[in-house]
Amino acid sequence: MSAPATHFNEDARRVAPDTRHRGIIQTAMGKYEVVRDQRKLLFQDWQGARNLAARTKFEAVNHLDTHLAEFARNIEARGTKVHWASNAEQARNIILGILRDKQAKVIVKSKAMTSEEIHLNDAMEHAGYEVVESDLGEYIVQLRKEPPYHLVFPAMHLTRGEIKDLFQKKLNDAPSDDPEALTMVARRALRKKYLQADVGITGANFAIAETGIISITENEGNARLTAALPKTMITLVGIEKILPRLEDLALFLPMLAVMGTGQALTCYNTMYGGPRQPGEADGPEEYHVVLLDNQRTTLLADAEQRDALGCIRCGACLNVCPIFRNVGGHTYGTVYGGPIGSVITPHLRGLQQWKHLSYASSLCGACTETCPVKIDLHHHLLQNRRNASAPTTGKPSFLQKLAFKIFAPVANKPALWSLTTKLSRIGMKLRGLVNGSAIDPAQAWTKTRDLPPIAKQSFREWWKEQGK
Amino acid sequence: MTVSLFIPCFVDLMYPQVGISMVRIFERLGHKVAVPKTPACCGQPAFNTGYWDESRAIGVPMLEALKDADAVVIASGSCGAMMSVFYPQLFAGTPHEAAAKAVAAKCFEFSSFLVNKLGVTDLGAKFPHKVTFHDGCHGLRELNNKRPPRELLAKVKGLELVEMGAAETCCGFGGTFSAKFPAISTAMGEVKCASALETKADYIVSCDSSCLMQIQGLADKQKKGIKTIHLAEVLAQS
Repeated sequence: MSAPATHFNEDARRVAPDTRHRGIIQTAMGKYEVVRDQRKLLFQDWQGARNLAARTKFEAVNHLDTHLAEFARNIEARGTKVHWASNAEQARNIILGILRDKQAKVIVKSKAMTSEEIHLNDAMEHAGYEVVESDLGEYIVQLRKEPPYHLVFPAMHLTRGEIKDLFQKKLNDAPSDDPEALTMVARRALRKKYLQADVGITGANFAIAETGIISITENEGNARLTAALPKTMITLVGIEKILPRLEDLALFLPMLAVMGTGQALTCYNTMYGGPRQPGEADGPEEYHVVLLDNQRTTLLADAEQRDALGCIRCGACLNVCPIFRNVGGHTYGTVYGGPIGSVITPHLRGLQQWKHLSYASSLCGACTETCPVKIDLHHHLLQNRRNASAPTTGKPSFLQKLAFKIFAPVANKPALWSLTTKLSRIGMKLRGLVNGSAIDPAQAWTKTRDLPPIAKQSFREWWKEQGK
Repeated sequence: MTVSLFIPCFVDLMYPQVGISMVRIFERLGHKVAVPKTPACCGQPAFNTGYWDESRAIGVPMLEALKDADAVVIASGSCGAMMSVFYPQLFAGTPHEAAAKAVAAKCFEFSSFLVNKLGVTDLGAKFPHKVTFHDGCHGLRELNNKRPPRELLAKVKGLELVEMGAAETCCGFGGTFSAKFPAISTAMGEVKCASALETKADYIVSCDSSCLMQIQGLADKQKKGIKTIHLAEVLAQS
């Protein structure tokens, strides 16, 4: 078993039975589901909107080369420097190079999962920079020195009491556990940092090819401050975030808000087209956009699963996933958790190391049903399983293969099945003597669940007796 | 019409009354029932684990056994999805592709066969109990089977259907998943049981014995007074 698989299994065994954790997540997601469904009704035809979004994203991904070139040409025309990073190390080096050039000391960041993906904070802190996350949830998990719990809600696993204690300990400032008061604590701390920061780093929700703009959607205004106050702005964006046309935002901004947070639109939707232009009153003096591949083109080469590049990181598949809701965000050990993470992580970081995530699913399909861009998520999990076990593309497990090889003739030959029925009856009776204990061969099931007996007369035995 | 009945392996061994109920229902409706000499299993465990070659080793004799059937009724939404949705994928690009498509097109989950193929909703059944319905995920999302079981339950005399909040939430069975990840599977089952208990229903009804095995197994172990029953057993009561 790979190290990530061992980590996953241990954490899942610890977190899944934790009813306190389960309660926090179920309550939060219950509220999300109500507002999400209300906002979906604002669309005249939600299924039609999904179809259009899926088509638009699929077209964008299928012509990624031309759209990316168009995006770069257009945003560079207004003085932005575009950088191309093939992998995480290149992206880190590009960004560290800019920080060195600018003789930066303090860096303020708005929420960017791509920066988690390339471990940017670690690299910057290691190089001696002070890095501050400005999204409230990200700020909280940064203070706790832990990764975000969820793509959209980084600190959703924490209660306000826990956040109060954290602020008290780390900032020595937490008058109460009132959410507004806690927000003001963070605001006081963060406002100082915006003014000190030399460089602001953001992620991006969409990159518009036609106009060469970056679209960022947020609720706290922190991305605007991150972009507007420091003299240098850097946006790190995965190449799959391309949308062909500006008008595509008319669909994708509300769709992302509805599925991400259950809002009709997020509070702030801002488009960044370059550094401060002559005659403009504000904006950064320099703007850098780092376009990140980091194995996305590997996924692009997979004709079956390419649609996964259409993901807009709304987190809706996590929210409905019964696995996520029971094991929580940290158990996955990945940057991208939940169903989408289980699908793409094997492509981004290696199939054999990460195949366990594709097996850790009941294949219920709630993810695929909810995905606004119609990624065929649960079927991709099946394909990952096949790719991991097929002799041509993966490494079959000798024992599993053998078991299925033996099972085939048992299932295929009525005489063998009849014999198996009789033997099972005896076997199950004997097993019953050690039911649920450590030596019960079925203990993975029977430790927490009873197992029904083999019937005195099976259906096939009954049918034979009918003589029809 | 001759209804070819496929009783999946675990239903055969542990829930024979589900198959027997189906035979009685179809005979009552005036159809002839055949139980073709199919493999005992549809091949889903190997397929879902990624061993497609081994799954085809069961699928090929299945296709052969069902090639002359008028209509195949499958006593499980999950195995039904395997045969009507996944067989064409499993056999794509193999010499059996056309046969897989032909068999897939005549495979029906039990409730969907009654309502969508036979156009029957009232079987004259009587079941004077309050029940809640659990949607098996494969039936619900692969076969789009939300409506048929409810239309059938609506016609059962004395039966009151109370929907639970988590009707469409997976029970945590998921085949080998339940044994590979027992802690997660159990947690999912607990969420399901809690939601079902809230309805104060006497029975949880489903089209999938596998889901009911999970729910009943958990409820019995935790001494929660939940009773489960397959839809076919409800419909066979008079």
